[in-house]
Amino acid sequence: MSVLDSALPPRIALVGNPNCGKTALFNALTGSRQKVANYPGVTVERKIGHFVSPLGRRVQVIDLPGTYSLRARSPDEEVTRDVVLGRFSHEDSPDLLVCVADATNLRLNLRLVVELKRLGRPIILALNMMDAAEKRGCRIDAAALSAALGVPVVPTVAIRRGGVQPLLEQIDGAMASDAAESPAPCGWSEPSSRDLRAYHQEVEGLLAGCVADAGLPPLATRRVDAVLLHPVFGLAFLFLVLFLMFQAVFAWAEAPMNLIDGAVSGLKDWVAATLPDGALRSLLTDGIIAGVGSVVIFLPQILVLFFFILVLEATGYLARAAFLLDRLMGGVGLHGRAFIPLLSSFACAVPGVMAARTIENRADRLATIMIAPLMTCSARLPVYTLLIAAFVPDRPLLGGLVGLPGLVMFALYAAGILSALAVAFVLKSTVFKGAREPLLMELPAYRLPNPRDIALGLFERAKVFLARAGTTIFALMIVMWFLASFPAAPEGATEPAIQYSIAGMIGHALEPLLAPIGFTWQIAVALVPGIAAREVAVGVLGTIYALSESGDALQSSLAGALAASWSLPTALSLLAWYVFAPQCVATLSVVKRETNGWFWPAVMFAYMITLAYGASFVTYRVASALL
Amino acid sequence: MSGHPTPETGQSPGGRHLGELKKGERARVTGVDERGVVTTLPEGELERRMIEMGLVEGSQVEVLHEAFPGRDPIAIRVNEHTLALRRAEARAVLVAPAA
Ligand SMILES: Nc1nc2c(ncn2[C@@H]2O[C@H](COP(=O)(O)OP(=O)(O)OP(=O)(O)O)[C@@H](O)[C@H]2O)c(=O)[nH]1
Ligand SMILES: [Mg+2]
Repeated sequence: MSVLDSALPPRIALVGNPNCGKTALFNALTGSRQKVANYPGVTVERKIGHFVSPLGRRVQVIDLPGTYSLRARSPDEEVTRDVVLGRFSHEDSPDLLVCVADATNLRLNLRLVVELKRLGRPIILALNMMDAAEKRGCRIDAAALSAALGVPVVPTVAIRRGGVQPLLEQIDGAMASDAAESPAPCGWSEPSSRDLRAYHQEVEGLLAGCVADAGLPPLATRRVDAVLLHPVFGLAFLFLVLFLMFQAVFAWAEAPMNLIDGAVSGLKDWVAATLPDGALRSLLTDGIIAGVGSVVIFLPQILVLFFFILVLEATGYLARAAFLLDRLMGGVGLHGRAFIPLLSSFACAVPGVMAARTIENRADRLATIMIAPLMTCSARLPVYTLLIAAFVPDRPLLGGLVGLPGLVMFALYAAGILSALAVAFVLKSTVFKGAREPLLMELPAYRLPNPRDIALGLFERAKVFLARAGTTIFALMIVMWFLASFPAAPEGATEPAIQYSIAGMIGHALEPLLAPIGFTWQIAVALVPGIAAREVAVGVLGTIYALSESGDALQSSLAGALAASWSLPTALSLLAWYVFAPQCVATLSVVKRETNGWFWPAVMFAYMITLAYGASFVTYRVASALL
Repeated sequence: MSGHPTPETGQSPGGRHLGELKKGERARVTGVDERGVVTTLPEGELERRMIEMGLVEGSQVEVLHEAFPGRDPIAIRVNEHTLALRRAEARAVLVAPAA
């Protein structure tokens, strides 16, 4: 029976060293937009896609985490091993392996190919990054390599239109031929150091026969690194980049945020003027527009933050940052590589926790996972920004170079980072005692980010953010509006109606618990739905204050309303709370998944809520005493 | 699971290891011997990793960059690629002056 006749489409898997362009190939083949970036360890899960080959075959492709060997050292490499060896439950091993090798670095990349040949499965070797290889002056005789290896070899350029055409044709060819032959028995076993040396010899032989010139490592990268990896300038530059990033989140986003703010209040006024007074008008203006609008305003900030992260990832600087920080992070027992998951956590702790898969040592990995949520994620930005706008005067510092709000924002980020380091230190010197795993990391050549990729990445983010605002947050806002509007105030009530509503009751019930840290009942109400999505807290405050407004106290903006009704110690206390609070179901559940159980998420929740309450308590008391 | 095959147990002429090279120094790898290097890894693992990352007999290496503080870790060029590692583990790689 040929593969064509079988019900299931043939499956091919992309296997290769980290950062050789597997995901870029996957995207080129399937038209998907999986994350591609210039550092080893981007992909940490298997991703499945489909394409139709030139001959009309429907083919399933599996993108895998990069690995140097099937020996699998870290959880991400285990995924690759299990898929390739067919150890995943209910899954046979793939029908065809497409080994992807970075043509600029064949000596290293071919070792894995030689190892994979032991599997006895059909293989195609894709020599990717041929464009870069040509620039470096590599001269590779693909035909000779194919003859020597006994597998088809195709050059590819994953990032160029049409750059995967030869691979597509070869896949068709392989599908037609290997359907007939049954695969040879698997001859793979875990290689010993002796085997590895033998593979290495084999590769040297292949190179001698097929590669006339291995090419020179790019001089530009070396020159740039002479500055960026300089022991002093390098670190200074890294801190400058981080400072600029947090500062820009505030400074660059201001103008577009004002625009959105204007549009939201315009819409609100229009609806208020058009509809007759009543429950529907209140739901639309106070519930949906005030709630969702107060979250949507933060889109520009999120995009600025992602812009920085995307550029850092695409250039190849992240691996350098890990190198520069290895020693310093070693001071608290963390691995330099932990910087990469921690930086992603500034966007969102969920991918950050997953990226920790590349850290193989369980103790190091758990320590990294446990502190990832202390990095200020983008969902906390709205809360910070709102409170800063309400309570911090916009005063230029250093002759207008930085603003006071930007500086406070930086201080909040710094508070998160420093407390993460402190927690890591405690963890690594108690429960996760032990030496750090070795650092052995390739530093990829620098690449100029492709503006189109960055733009697409930002567009993607904007879509996710707006979709979330339009679904989760939208739904929560409607629920909150109902809770905050019913039951209606009794006859002859003196307080605003919301005081008598369910939300008011919940808030007043929680108030005693939160009064010691200076939280008002409105904050208590906002914290509850904030567990589903941190930024909802801002939306809820928007609704509550919109509903509480009465004639003379009418405030144009939420920030104005807060400034008028909260004391400064309360605001500071809430900021301190948000630095630590574990209010995010998504993070807790990804931690559960990554650690296979409820224990670590429970520990995470407990330690973070304790820190949050403690920090808020101290902040509130100290601020009340001083101010 | 791996014994130590003969080549890497032989001492390199100068008896130097990668961990002691200074910035700018070039050398040739003469062996990999993880004994005497303390790591979290099971026995034989560091050696295999070094080989997988291209640090194997005959490779040309050059120390390109040093981090801070303590000039550690180091970034080295290994034939065509660049690798970051700590000096402590680099001790497992024996080197001789580049030919
Ligand atoms: N010049 C050039 N760059 C490429 C090519 N293919 C991929 N890249 C770049 O190489 C880098 C790594 O690409 P990825 O697709 O993320 O690599 P990967 O193999 O999936 O990496 P891991 O998921 O970490 O294993 C990115 O910066 C890509 O833009 C190519 O053919 N030519
Ligand atoms: Mg990938």
